[in-house]
Amino acid sequence: MFIRLSAAIAALSLLGSAALAQGAKPTDPQIAHIAYTAGVLDINAAKQAITKASNKDVKAFAQDMVRDHEAVNKQALDLVKKLKVTPEDNDTSKTLSKQAADKLAELNKLKGAEYDKAYVANEVAYHKAVNGALETQLIPSASNAELKSLLQTGLKIFQGHQQHAEQVAAKLK
Amino acid sequence: MRPGHCLSFLAVLLGATVVPAHAATIQITIDNLVFAPAEITAHVGDTIEWINKDVFAHTATARNGDFDVTTPPKKTVTSVLKKAGSVEYYCRYHPNMKAVLTIAP
Repeated sequence: MFIRLSAAIAALSLLGSAALAQGAKPTDPQIAHIAYTAGVLDINAAKQAITKASNKDVKAFAQDMVRDHEAVNKQALDLVKKLKVTPEDNDTSKTLSKQAADKLAELNKLKGAEYDKAYVANEVAYHKAVNGALETQLIPSASNAELKSLLQTGLKIFQGHQQHAEQVAAKLK
Repeated sequence: MRPGHCLSFLAVLLGATVVPAHAATIQITIDNLVFAPAEITAHVGDTIEWINKDVFAHTATARNGDFDVTTPPKKTVTSVLKKAGSVEYYCRYHPNMKAVLTIAP
């Protein structure tokens, strides 16, 4: 488990290393793409959980994730449209997507309580990693004020998700 | 009219005459994942108007179990305070959202 979680976190810490070497800050179109991708990936994980989870709190949590991340991403799409910004794919988004696909495949092999625990543990780790990236990289790098403000709202929502996931995880023990 | 009906009719009458005498309506706004005001005092019988300005669903859930109100995105929901006490409440979906409602008898 530790190795798998580390992989997800390593993907996000790319923001601070390889992807942004030479001191290059992510641009607004890249930030929009990373934030949107991170949301989509969590929605995909949640959709898998809605069909696979057996614990009702875990299922409810997954439904909350779909609802909130879809709401955030809708705001993000409205904003990029308004700002006439085209989100730009980048190495961080690509690595995140790859890691998430691997994780989904891995979770797919688990069943019952084992699946529930692994999904929730990954949600805690994933939100922690995304929140770290938002706080230290994405928010400080965003130059458009509205984008920055949306990312700040996203951070509050995702910090809430992290706490919620921690509570669900504690109840599963 | 049977006696049961008379009694409930009486209860409605009493309710209609007694409650509005002191009951107030208090607004608590949820905006950008914050309950505002974060601390407020009300009385038993008062109505709280929970105004959710966010595009996200929230809840106002008392830690002691006294109330649990769900507020859909961009909707206002009302609830009547039934029990006195100083109640800490939070959002079940986003437990980092917290506030205090002091309910005087």
